[in-house]
Amino acid sequence: MDIHEYQAKELLSKFGIAAPPGALAYSPEQAAYHAREMGGDTWVVKAQIHAGGRGKAGGVKVCRSENEIQDACEDMFGRKLVTHQTGPEGKGIYRVYVEGGVQIEREFYLGFVLDRSSQRVMIVASGEGGMEIEEISAQKPDSIVRATVEPAVGLQQFQAREIAFALGLDPALTAQMVRTLMGCYRAFTELDATMVEINPLVVTADHRILALDAKMTFDDNAMFRHPQVSELRDKSQEDPRESRAADRGLSYVGLEGNIGCIVNGAGLAMATMDTIKLAGGDPANFLDIGGGATPERVTKAFRLVMSDSNVQAVLVNIFAGINRCDWVAEGVVAALKEVQIDVPVIVRLAGTNVEEGQKILAKSGLPIIRASTLMEAAERAVGAWQNDLTQDTHVRAVK
Amino acid sequence: MSIYLDRNTKVIVQGITGKMARFHTKDMLEYGTNVVGGVVPGKGGETVEGVPVFNTVKDAVAATGAEASLVFVPPPFAADSIMEAADAGIKYCVCITDGIPAQDMIRVKRYMYRYPKERRMVLTGPNCAGTISPGKALLGIMPGHIYLQGNVGIVGRSGTLGYEAAAQLKERGIGISTSVGIGGDPINGSSFRDILEQFQNDDETEVICLIGEIGGPQEAEAAAYVRDHVTKPVVAYVAGLTAPKGRTMGHAGAIISAFGESASEKVEILEAAGVTVAENPAVIGETIARVMEGAS
Repeated sequence: MDIHEYQAKELLSKFGIAAPPGALAYSPEQAAYHAREMGGDTWVVKAQIHAGGRGKAGGVKVCRSENEIQDACEDMFGRKLVTHQTGPEGKGIYRVYVEGGVQIEREFYLGFVLDRSSQRVMIVASGEGGMEIEEISAQKPDSIVRATVEPAVGLQQFQAREIAFALGLDPALTAQMVRTLMGCYRAFTELDATMVEINPLVVTADHRILALDAKMTFDDNAMFRHPQVSELRDKSQEDPRESRAADRGLSYVGLEGNIGCIVNGAGLAMATMDTIKLAGGDPANFLDIGGGATPERVTKAFRLVMSDSNVQAVLVNIFAGINRCDWVAEGVVAALKEVQIDVPVIVRLAGTNVEEGQKILAKSGLPIIRASTLMEAAERAVGAWQNDLTQDTHVRAVK
Repeated sequence: MSIYLDRNTKVIVQGITGKMARFHTKDMLEYGTNVVGGVVPGKGGETVEGVPVFNTVKDAVAATGAEASLVFVPPPFAADSIMEAADAGIKYCVCITDGIPAQDMIRVKRYMYRYPKERRMVLTGPNCAGTISPGKALLGIMPGHIYLQGNVGIVGRSGTLGYEAAAQLKERGIGISTSVGIGGDPINGSSFRDILEQFQNDDETEVICLIGEIGGPQEAEAAAYVRDHVTKPVVAYVAGLTAPKGRTMGHAGAIISAFGESASEKVEILEAAGVTVAENPAVIGETIARVMEGAS
């Protein structure tokens, strides 16, 4: 789960990480009001979206008057900000954060991640703040300092000091840097984060270490024990289909293609997408309906897949292990009777009682295209879609 | 020999009184697995499918001599159950549970390393379908009848994709020595590399099939291990060629977040290490058959 910058700063402040003064606004007037309250002569207006790369895309503006703040906000509110991380559809701006400007002397990159190789928390830091970590690793790999944390004892002060010295920080600021690093680590572990990124972490002209930007991502599997974090979820930043799927316990990722997929198991679902591509088509989605392909789940899955207006054919690929194919086939038939579907449906069943399953599909009288292997299913799905194209009936009615 | 599991291995099921666990305990017993007991705190003294339930893993081990355990405990409590098994002297543990917090798994792994290597429990999973040595024993939730007994060792991150491979092999009359699911989580008990080492040293395994996917470094680590230490032929398939970067594809660990984590990069790395890569999931069986013919 992702949260906004202002939320991350608020959480991190409880762990001793300082940031410039700031306030959240839902309207230009509110933004200007906050700036006046805050005082000073320079403010930064920052679009709150769940993606990086805001600065280059026009989502961060330095303002020197209330009028400039109003203008910046009017330009941002309600529009979709497209950055290199959002995809072409962009993310809606519904909140902005107004922050007091600071005089920056040095910028650092600071990241805490779950390192899958050591299977521990890893700290990644660099003196090249403001650049993205991918750019830093490509252009200035030598500037990167890394440290992994022994989970039994947590981050130790000496490790934090080593990082501070390796970054060439003014020795007078070591204690502040150590506090910042220790605080981030505590926030990471105590809140079950999977990433904490402060980029840039700055040293100001008056020798303070501040988080100018902050990003936190959390482990969805651990949210049951952090109600205060799960509350920060912002559905306006999610693909509505994915939110709906997640709320129904299905794992769905929307893609650009037009062949909808309904599969049991994440690996098989990815493999099915790959096979569609090999057969010359493009998958419309990733969808794992889980091990037990119950009729209810299959019905939900059909509804979800068909809510994507790009879908021109649906491929169902179920490997029935414990659940027999005949039972799964009955579920598919029931779902197709309940959800009116006006595109070709291709069903491939494999596993236990596959013959009985096929018979049920055949006897249903529904226009189901059957396939026995994964490749055949993909080819038929692509073929059905292309066939539809030639008959000029591919523009399906959107309900 | 098969790896980790044979018909004599004494097995307990942690969380045996749950609906799923009951169902699969029955299934495992029918397959011939030597299930000797279960563990549910506070339910000691009951029986499930004819096997006794104990309050603690220690009690179960003391009473039955159990060596292996299957964890069916819900995500908030699963890490604790795995550590309990490790402490009670269980040698091999499979964790089926999907949805364990990553930090919990970091703690589990750290905990297991407290024990000297000869006493350290081997964990596979979590978020996996289990391990099967066909014709001998099944420790997990997979449908036993799709596996023939034979000489191909399978290791994979995905359950159903593993079934797909097993079924394709069965169609060709090719059997399996052991099939191990290492699970779809980012922090897992055993890696591809760990299982490859077992298969390399197992007399019964002649060919190894590795089923990987996007995300994480374990396929690349496996490739390096194959290049340097594996003399048996290795066939691989990597799922997720069409998966977009930065999105989690069902499995918590299936996300491309760093260089070398995409399917195409993994395919390249595996091929460079001498692994034969099946270009699509429909030809996994065919590719293994071809490699076996070439090897004999």
